[in-house]
Amino acid sequence: MSSNWKNIGPLSNIPLRGARRLCLKHEGRPVAVFRTGENEIFALLDECPHKKGPLSEGIVSGKTVTCPLHSWVIGLEDGKAQEPDEGTTQPLSVKLVDGDIYIHLPEAVGAAA
Amino acid sequence: MNMINDPREHLVVIGNGMAGMRTVEELLKLENANRFRITVFGAEPHVNYNRIMLSSVLAGDKSVDEIVINSREWYDENGITLVTSDAITKINRGDKTVTSASGLTVHYDRLLIATGSRPLAPPIPGLSLPGVCAFRDIADVDKMLAAAKTHKRAVVIGGGLLGLEAAWGLKQRGMSVALVHLMPTLMERQLDAAAGQMLQRDLDRRGIAFFTDGQTEEITGTEHAEGVQLADGRFVPADLVVLAIGIRPNIDLAKQAQLEVNRGIVVTDDMRTSDPEIFAVGECVEHRGNVFGLVAPIWDQAKVCAARLAGDEEALFVSKALATSLKITGVDVFSAGALMAADEADDEITLRDDSRGLYKKIVLRDGRLVGAVLYGDVADGQWYLQMMRDKEDVSALRERLVFGRAFAEAGSGKPATPDFAAMPDDTQICGCNGVCKGTIVSTIQAKKLSSLSEVRAHTKASASCGQCTGQVEALLAFAAGGAVKANKKTVCDCTDYSHDEVRQGILAQKLKTMDAVREAFGWKKKEGCHKCRPALNYYLICAWPGEYRDDSQSRFVNERVHANIQKDGTYSVVPRMWGGLTTPAELHAIASVAEKFNIPTVKVTGGQRIDLLGVKKEDLPGVWNDLGKAGMVSGHAYAKGLRTVKTCVGSEWCRFGTQDSTGLGVKLEKMCWGSWTPHKVKFAVSGCPRNCAEATIKDMGVVCVEAGYDILVGGNGGVDVRVTDPLVRVATEEEVLEYAGAFMQLYREEAHYLERTAPWIARVGIDYVKKRLVEDAQGRAALHARFLRSQLFAQVDPWTERAMGKDAHEFATLPAIEAV
Repeated sequence: MSSNWKNIGPLSNIPLRGARRLCLKHEGRPVAVFRTGENEIFALLDECPHKKGPLSEGIVSGKTVTCPLHSWVIGLEDGKAQEPDEGTTQPLSVKLVDGDIYIHLPEAVGAAA
Repeated sequence: MNMINDPREHLVVIGNGMAGMRTVEELLKLENANRFRITVFGAEPHVNYNRIMLSSVLAGDKSVDEIVINSREWYDENGITLVTSDAITKINRGDKTVTSASGLTVHYDRLLIATGSRPLAPPIPGLSLPGVCAFRDIADVDKMLAAAKTHKRAVVIGGGLLGLEAAWGLKQRGMSVALVHLMPTLMERQLDAAAGQMLQRDLDRRGIAFFTDGQTEEITGTEHAEGVQLADGRFVPADLVVLAIGIRPNIDLAKQAQLEVNRGIVVTDDMRTSDPEIFAVGECVEHRGNVFGLVAPIWDQAKVCAARLAGDEEALFVSKALATSLKITGVDVFSAGALMAADEADDEITLRDDSRGLYKKIVLRDGRLVGAVLYGDVADGQWYLQMMRDKEDVSALRERLVFGRAFAEAGSGKPATPDFAAMPDDTQICGCNGVCKGTIVSTIQAKKLSSLSEVRAHTKASASCGQCTGQVEALLAFAAGGAVKANKKTVCDCTDYSHDEVRQGILAQKLKTMDAVREAFGWKKKEGCHKCRPALNYYLICAWPGEYRDDSQSRFVNERVHANIQKDGTYSVVPRMWGGLTTPAELHAIASVAEKFNIPTVKVTGGQRIDLLGVKKEDLPGVWNDLGKAGMVSGHAYAKGLRTVKTCVGSEWCRFGTQDSTGLGVKLEKMCWGSWTPHKVKFAVSGCPRNCAEATIKDMGVVCVEAGYDILVGGNGGVDVRVTDPLVRVATEEEVLEYAGAFMQLYREEAHYLERTAPWIARVGIDYVKKRLVEDAQGRAALHARFLRSQLFAQVDPWTERAMGKDAHEFATLPAIEAV
């Protein structure tokens, strides 16, 4: 396994239809990992394209999350804001291996919380 | 250049700034726009951006991307050729060409000069030293931001609009900032001395040092700026010097092309220069002796210029009265027209309240308003400005005018509904999202919007606090005419059913999970959305106490983490103080917690308790644990539930008190805390009709009288102040408690989610509430009993649970596991 894939622990660490912010950052910016009602996982920069609201604090419905600050709805797959809002937050690659979540962080600069 | 074979006329724009591009945008809106192919030359490497917002970029409120007006795609989509980083250096009027710095020569049929302005730079020695910059473009802001990272001390020269915004931005970026100003008071062109002094006092308190009456003699330093030497001997050390003393129109090109110039490029009312094929707009022009530095008249120029380019021979530019405002958070300044009486025939009327930081001055001439300076409260600025523009006779309002619109119109019997047709396009409607009337109207018309939710989605107007909802609805009716849909109010876009239909279905069909509700009502989205999920979660909690399990993932973050998220991502913690009572032990515990966790702000709230602000998320369980040890529980200051029961001291201490209002307040709070309700609920108990606890603007208020207790309901002290309706007078505390429980339960069972008691009662009518609570004693007892039963399951302190480890995932970030 490439060292760029970081193990962030078991799926159960994230609540169903919920999210967590990671200790690790991506290029100095916060990262959120989401778990949908269907047990799919997605990762996005934890910054709404609108005013950088913490998406990890939002409500997850289907494959979207609603930003807690101004209720922009962001697609978990592509990071795109739903119309009529416009903007994208960067999606990051995640995968599940043996029940553990791995996230791909090219230049992960570890920052222990 | 490409498109060389394009047979259309060629419009060349010199300057890719706000004025030039606004003219192009206005032109593109017109039917005749297609007659031109358009080429734009910009000296800066960037696309078109909002220069006014540079101060917000400097202060960190916005990023450079956020102030871009038109992206490169926009130029492409509209077939506009954009040449950046290449300034035009020569206009050859003989053969109708322009030549750029890189040697490019293009022919024009029509030329638009929008070269803007340059920072004023007097001959001060040291201006060319590294560490000295102006405040004009993105490159300047980049320099200032770079300096803020590595250096400590900044000096801004110039105490006008631009200089103050630069100083505030640098202060926000952590520099220590001094401001040097030539004149005795700040912004002397927009503010009179009194308002200028109040502004200086406020900014001084925010840590900016002022050197007024300061004439800069020299910027000292050899390799790099080291300080500013003033003529009177004062010296201000600096690592960064920002020159912001003003601007002058950039007329070099026009002058060289022998167009008529004065201070600026002289234009007539049709925005033409002395050469009829050459137009000019923006800060580079001079119109009837005036030059321009504010955006509103430049937008008007752009409109006129575009119309003229498109062949309209009627459009004329008229200079209107202008207003100024300052973009410094929390400093409200408004100024328009005359700053003071010009002679003895003019009248000045002044209102000044130093301790509240309020100042208002209006100037009257021949019964008409000709000037207004407002400091501290600028809400009426647009109203004054409109009166100045209308030149209406205001003699009849003279005594009331300075007190503001609400007071003046209340006394004149004039309705307060706004006249939208007369309202300027840049009048702000939605303060939360900064949306103006013009934006709302043009979006409604362009996108053919017909409902409030569509207007909210497309413009964000009224999408935050909702204070302006009424105005937005009225604007919608105004802009869309008869096209407004009377939509059925559904729970959300996931369903065609209303709140009442869904609630009845939950009970009638015994639906006990969110999935069951969504299935029974044929929800369009399987998991619902952020609007219906919190509503359904509440309706199920209310319908099935003890059975339905709360879904924290369907709650807004505040209710999930049991604290209020603040704008910087920290939280506030408010422990309960029953009826506003506390003890030395509780105060000790609060003080210790604040010190232990370095909580920056401790504030007494309007609800008679103490707010700890600025708590880090990961510290929340620790804070709660320590408060819990001292016997304190959550004040639910974040919840759609019972917030506070405000009381006065009542008969125990007060010589006017008729009953034990404090004791009754404690009993009410003990009965009702922890309940979930459609929206927040606030109570108050006053010990006598003097009503020190302000019970008449609470969801439920009790006013004690000699004969017993007056129960009042449906008040609100928020955005729309609503005085309570009297419900009933009772003789005993026991009756008050029964009415309170029954009222809570009726509200819980019948109001829509997110509906406060005031709009709920306004919707169903106080007579209905009386019928259920006063006339039906049996029904009242049943409601009260249902409330007490639901409280059995609701009165669990969420803080104790979380201090013990519940939902620990909410309060910690997810760590990586060491590489294997």
